[in-house]
Amino acid sequence: MTSTSLERLAALPVRRKTRVLSRWVPAVLIAAIVVGIGWAFISAPAMRWDVVGEYLFAPRIVSGVGTTILFTVLTFVIGLLLGLLVTVMRQSGNPVLAVACGAYIWLFRGTPLLVQLVFWFNLALIFPYLGVRIPAWGIAIGGDANDLISPFTAALVGLTLHSAAYMAEVVRGGFLAVPGGQVDAALAIGMTELEAQRHVVIPQAIRVILPPLGNQFIDILKATSIVSVIGGGDLMTRAQQIYGQNYQVIALLVVASLWYLVLVTVATLGQSWLERSLDRGRHRRPAVIATEVTA
Amino acid sequence: MSGSITMRGVRKSFHGTEVLKGVDLDIAAHSVVCIIGPSGSGKSTLLRCMNHLERMDSGLMLVDGELAGYTEHAGHLREASARSTSLVRRGMGMVFQQFNLFAHLTALQNVTLGPLRVLGMPRAQAEAEGRELLASVGLAAHAAKFPSQLSGGQQQRVAIARALAMKPAIMLFDEPTSALDPELIGEVLAVMKKLTTAGMTMVIVTHEISFARDVADTVVFMEDGAIVEQGQAERVLSAPRSPRTAEFLRHVSHAPRLVQEEP
Repeated sequence: MTSTSLERLAALPVRRKTRVLSRWVPAVLIAAIVVGIGWAFISAPAMRWDVVGEYLFAPRIVSGVGTTILFTVLTFVIGLLLGLLVTVMRQSGNPVLAVACGAYIWLFRGTPLLVQLVFWFNLALIFPYLGVRIPAWGIAIGGDANDLISPFTAALVGLTLHSAAYMAEVVRGGFLAVPGGQVDAALAIGMTELEAQRHVVIPQAIRVILPPLGNQFIDILKATSIVSVIGGGDLMTRAQQIYGQNYQVIALLVVASLWYLVLVTVATLGQSWLERSLDRGRHRRPAVIATEVTA
Repeated sequence: MSGSITMRGVRKSFHGTEVLKGVDLDIAAHSVVCIIGPSGSGKSTLLRCMNHLERMDSGLMLVDGELAGYTEHAGHLREASARSTSLVRRGMGMVFQQFNLFAHLTALQNVTLGPLRVLGMPRAQAEAEGRELLASVGLAAHAAKFPSQLSGGQQQRVAIARALAMKPAIMLFDEPTSALDPELIGEVLAVMKKLTTAGMTMVIVTHEISFARDVADTVVFMEDGAIVEQGQAERVLSAPRSPRTAEFLRHVSHAPRLVQEEP
């Protein structure tokens, strides 16, 4: 090619391909399908919106929402503490503790939550009496398993032990993400092992743990609905009890779904707020580049 | 604490491989000692034994003539409590090859963490001293930056300031420039050279032979877990007595490294 034609080509403006059709056609199509399905659902004759409105704030439903929140918070807090304990025991260097914790995680992550819940609820079938009983000394602390294991306690024990196994893995991942050199550096400025954990390792591990913990919270929130199979008294239990009487199955499932959506949305907002407030400093890059140029 | 170190018969094995094979070493207070030698010769392990980041298998160490990390008990040596080990470490600053700055803290917070949490210094004083230290390593303008926002050379200078904040009598440097891009080495060496006038005992594991020649009082050559030769720096580097030292010095680059003027 001669130099003149090169220069001629270089001077030509570049025109971008317009992508109007390829962009808009699928968008319109999908929007139409979504609206169609949504409308079919909303306008279906069996869809009794009046019933939904009637039960949305019914006292039984609202108390179920309260129980769901209670289950979620208790499961999260106790599960997290147990998970921490399991992680510490697992990394203690004691082989017996480590194997015991590994076995716990294997067992409780390896069986479905539904099975575990039903198991705890029927604990009385294996252990009719729960507690310590030493007949020779006349000691008996405990009671009849059927009295002690209410649907609520069975649900809480099942949810907690199940989620702790997951929490332990999340927590362990967070601690593994902090390089060993950080502890070296903390010890080198005269900190004890404990101070190094507290001031250097844990603050960094938390940043790694927080996003998956937020997901755990939301998973637990939704998983609590499973306790309805043992009549745990949560939102889903209440919805089932009501539609068992009035046969408005769909309307009450919609009521429950609306409440779950509200709870999950609030939890998600809380999670992103927490992450942002803990992540200060990591998103300052643009400002820093600007000061670096002037410095 | 004036900062003399005495080591006797220090042995250390990792997974059955003996890394230190009975090291005897005397480091005079206020002196600058460079430890050189090929990779895997045990230099870094020896340094980490000095502040007990590694536990020696046998042997002992005295700091200023006092047992460090061990106590004498009914005719044998017993490992000292974590508390007293951390007391020994307070008197020894350490600078790592990989900087190891606390990733969640700003440059200034890295420097003040020790004084605040270990020495219990009031925050205002810790921050004032921290800013002064950052200024002395040429980073006054970077106090609010996080490690990830600093270059390797800047991070290493913060790490030096962090160690100095504890006002140690001894400074240990574990290959402080080995992880740096070549153009950043000079700024770190310049800061270290300035420190040699401050009267601290400095023990520097390094591959920078010309820097050792420039600043060291004593050069120690290690190979295969043992000290092969040690002596006055210029003498060891220019007229080594051991053929192994001579061999090593022939292999490493003799190109003079420019020590940058103060950043």
